[in-house]
Amino acid sequence: MRQKLARVLGGVAISALVISGAAACKADSGTEGGSGDKAACDLKIGFFGPLTGDAAGLGIHMRNGTKLAIDQYNKDNADCKVNLAEYDSQGDPAKAPALAQQAVGDTKVVGIVGPAFSGESEVADPIFDEAGLPIITPSATRPSLSTKSWKIFHRGVGNDTSQGPAAGRYIKNVLKAEKVYVVDDQSAYGAGLVDEVKKVLGAVAGEDKVQVKQTNFSAVVTKIVGSGATVLFFGGYYTEAGLLLKQLKGAGWKGTMVAGDGVNDANFIKVAGQQVAEGTVLTCPCAPATAAKGTFVTDYKAAFENAEPGTYADVSFDITKIFLEGIKAGKSTRADLLAFVKSYNKAGTATGVTYKFESNGELDPAQVLVWAFKVNAGQVVPDIEIPKA
Amino acid sequence: MNFDELFGNFPALTITGLEQGAIYALVALGYTLVYGVLRLINFAHSEVFMVGTFTALWTWEALGYDQNSPSPAIGPLILALVAGLVVAAVASAATAVTVELVAYRPLRRRNAPPLAFLITAIGASFVLAESFGIGTSRAPFGMPVLIPSETAFTVFGAAVTNIQLLILGVTLVMMVSLDQFVNRSRLGRGIRAVAQDADTAALMGVNKNRVILLVFVLGGLMAGVAALLWNVRYGYTKFNVGFLIGLKAFAAAVLGGIGNLRGALLGGLLLGVAENYAAGLFGGDWKDFTGFVLLIVLLMFRPTGLLGESLGRARA
Amino acid sequence: MTATVDKGRSPALKGRWAAMPKQVRWAAIAALIVLLYILPNRWFYEYLGFPIGSEYFAFYTTRSDFAGVLFDTAVFVLLAVGLNVVVGFAGLLDLGYFGFYALGAYTVALLTSPESRLGTNWPWLAAVPVAVMVAMVSGVILGGPTLRLRGDYLAIVTLGFAEMIRLYAARNEGVMQGQRGIPAIPHPPGTGSDGKPLFGVVDARPYYWLLLTLILLVIVLVRNLANSRVGRAWVATREDEDAAEVMGVPTFKYKLWAFAIGAAVAGLTGAVFAGKQTFINSDQFVLESSILVLAAVILGGAGNIKGAIVGGAITWYLPEWLRGAGDLVGVEFDAAEYRILVFGVVIIVMMIFRPQGIVPNRRRAAEFADRRQEAVPQEKVPSE
Repeated sequence: MRQKLARVLGGVAISALVISGAAACKADSGTEGGSGDKAACDLKIGFFGPLTGDAAGLGIHMRNGTKLAIDQYNKDNADCKVNLAEYDSQGDPAKAPALAQQAVGDTKVVGIVGPAFSGESEVADPIFDEAGLPIITPSATRPSLSTKSWKIFHRGVGNDTSQGPAAGRYIKNVLKAEKVYVVDDQSAYGAGLVDEVKKVLGAVAGEDKVQVKQTNFSAVVTKIVGSGATVLFFGGYYTEAGLLLKQLKGAGWKGTMVAGDGVNDANFIKVAGQQVAEGTVLTCPCAPATAAKGTFVTDYKAAFENAEPGTYADVSFDITKIFLEGIKAGKSTRADLLAFVKSYNKAGTATGVTYKFESNGELDPAQVLVWAFKVNAGQVVPDIEIPKA
Repeated sequence: MNFDELFGNFPALTITGLEQGAIYALVALGYTLVYGVLRLINFAHSEVFMVGTFTALWTWEALGYDQNSPSPAIGPLILALVAGLVVAAVASAATAVTVELVAYRPLRRRNAPPLAFLITAIGASFVLAESFGIGTSRAPFGMPVLIPSETAFTVFGAAVTNIQLLILGVTLVMMVSLDQFVNRSRLGRGIRAVAQDADTAALMGVNKNRVILLVFVLGGLMAGVAALLWNVRYGYTKFNVGFLIGLKAFAAAVLGGIGNLRGALLGGLLLGVAENYAAGLFGGDWKDFTGFVLLIVLLMFRPTGLLGESLGRARA
Repeated sequence: MTATVDKGRSPALKGRWAAMPKQVRWAAIAALIVLLYILPNRWFYEYLGFPIGSEYFAFYTTRSDFAGVLFDTAVFVLLAVGLNVVVGFAGLLDLGYFGFYALGAYTVALLTSPESRLGTNWPWLAAVPVAVMVAMVSGVILGGPTLRLRGDYLAIVTLGFAEMIRLYAARNEGVMQGQRGIPAIPHPPGTGSDGKPLFGVVDARPYYWLLLTLILLVIVLVRNLANSRVGRAWVATREDEDAAEVMGVPTFKYKLWAFAIGAAVAGLTGAVFAGKQTFINSDQFVLESSILVLAAVILGGAGNIKGAIVGGAITWYLPEWLRGAGDLVGVEFDAAEYRILVFGVVIIVMMIFRPQGIVPNRRRAAEFADRRQEAVPQEKVPSE
């Protein structure tokens, strides 16, 4: 009997949900119908990237950067707001098409910040291209993405071929390291960076690959310590970098780790711990915090429960502002906004990078600055700008 | 193939492999105990481990240690370790028991088919992992370095650290006491009886549900201990940290013979060491791959694992 | 108590359905199929009186393209139908079904893509049968030595197999191109009436229709197989392998058959998926998906094709629908982050209330009812 009662209750609950859902969407349809005439208002900027799943840690910060820019815009333009549409891909290329098609089908969406990763870009960008929906990715750095003649593609950062060689030059010319060990995480990003670094360094003391999500690095630690390398270049993301370094230092290694912008995140220091992270060199195709950076960091912390802005949060903030400026200037269609982005030439307030895109969508190489940062007392502080070639 | 790497670092690879294997083994015990009694792959066990890592971390934070604080002196250190151990073990056991009460017992009462248990196990695993994921913003968490790693002694040129000794020591102690408990105590006899023949055991006056609960408690305790050791050694956790460990531990349990306590230990250590050798020989990225190849090849020759199933009886 | 309720209700429904004239039943099924084909079209909802747009129909997914979600759901349904042969009919616990799906997708990608290192550049259509064959043959190769293992050991071996495929694809920077993946996989052939390719990039509907057609074909094949001598052999093996063997059923042969057929269906699904996706890499074949397909089969009711369809549909569709559930109830609430959590709760609750699945297999349901009766005296033992 009790089970029967439970079933009835369950059934009632479910039907109530369905009915209320149906009722609510009727109500919705009434209000939405009226808002159609205010053409240039209520436009949407999409964020496309992982907000759940394993890679969410990276995606959430980028989303926050975008959200911050939009919120600030809406404060100043309360009568004609722009909305944020989130497309949570979980970083999974298999989930990307339905989301990209949704964005394309929603005529209010005029610009996309993302896709965050190169893999999902390969799948989603052709769809955006077909629909002429302009995108600027803050973080997909695979070089080949700009060679596919997608007219809507823009990259707000330098690609792997700008950062990798710079990191290599830093190791060779600044650290003057004799024995360098290179490790990558097999991701397209990490392996790509390591390839570029190796090209500059020539011979390395040894190389190995780890896996994303790996936590026990004892085998590779044994190898690195055994090789006598004084510098480790790691191509990959902050979690694995933090764990690897922690275990390396735990095994008595005294060298310096150099890593790319995938590690340039507050979570790196959180995972590794302050003492372990000390002295680590992080390269980033971005300019350091100066007056030009404005109030981004303080605004971000104020908006998101005092969280440090993570990797690419600043880039996302700046490229969202490009779209917002376009909308402000009355570019309310995808085609107009695309033309606006193509002809854009101005410095971003958070990164200090001048955003000027080449015809293939790459950031103008003259604008790609690669800086080296150092971890000092738990903070990432600028070291030097790495000279070109 | 890099034989220089393998033989050059053979002792070091062995020691770090054993240390990783010990953690696999402790988690594997949870799979093996539940399987031995219920013949159920408790997929949610990986999340039981995950809960342990987080609660131990929170205990340390409550005691005032964060990832940047210096290592404490011996007195506070023991306090922190014991507090973390107790909290993690209790939290893990409580999680395991909750899963049993909420997800498995209602199904058992309805005599559901075995596959239904598998699915609720997966559901429970999603619920636990996602709750922690949402609660922790899916961020990774570093741990305080409570015990600075120091070389205790060297064998064949490989350094053995104090942490490695601690892990292996604790694992052996837990293993021996669990083995004694199951084989010697009255409650342990109940477990064996239910594993052998649940209906007959019930007729003989063994309280089946209490035994099952006990099995989940024991598995949870072991996972909690593993979580603490994990925190001390690897100093990191995340909402999905359990997935890979759980997978490996499950493989280790099968390798040793699922349902067999000593098999779990043997399987865990073997898997840990074999993975490390493979990483030395082929490169770090072949680690997991080799683990699975080993498992499949071994099962072809010994279909019930190295030591066979034996918590209750040998099963064909 | 519950057993009688169950018995009272579902045979009544079934009886009424069976009592209907054959023509009516056919018409009803035809209507359902037509509805499924119409489902992704917007004009259909306008016709029904729901205004065009996204968030107006309670079943519409409002945060991801409905046609795209339908396609992805259809992928899951076809996988579930295939896995149902292995798990539901033959009773083999396969945790690594996605491995065969990956094989199918990779075969198509390698043979067709101009950026593949093989350099064969086949058209998509020519690669599909090869993909099916590759999946099927690897099913036999894997099944040969491992199907002698029982139950849970088979589960871990198949799980290991799927992980090996994925890890190998991630590791192999040569032919498989690692995590960088294989881009530029051609679409299925065909030109629409407007001169544009039938299978384009933006519109997911043609792919959905293609897959729906394949699902119907596979269902017809599998149904006939299940009702034949082979199907009876599977049931016998599932119920009691030793007894079946004694009665002269070559159980191993039929288990291998089930495994190979299941693998072939997965390979086919993978081939279609690769043709739509145009880009695949190792990230798209994670172990979690394997487990989800199995969850779909069991959730729906193992051993029942209808069950597999329902389970597959729910497993993909529900989380996608939940993304926009906040919009539906009209609250400013982003359900996307909670969708997997809710999905977990739903499957636990559903299993507690319907342990034999949403649409249980009749024979299996009868067995469970039997077992429940047997279990009654045991529950009365004063153990609590």
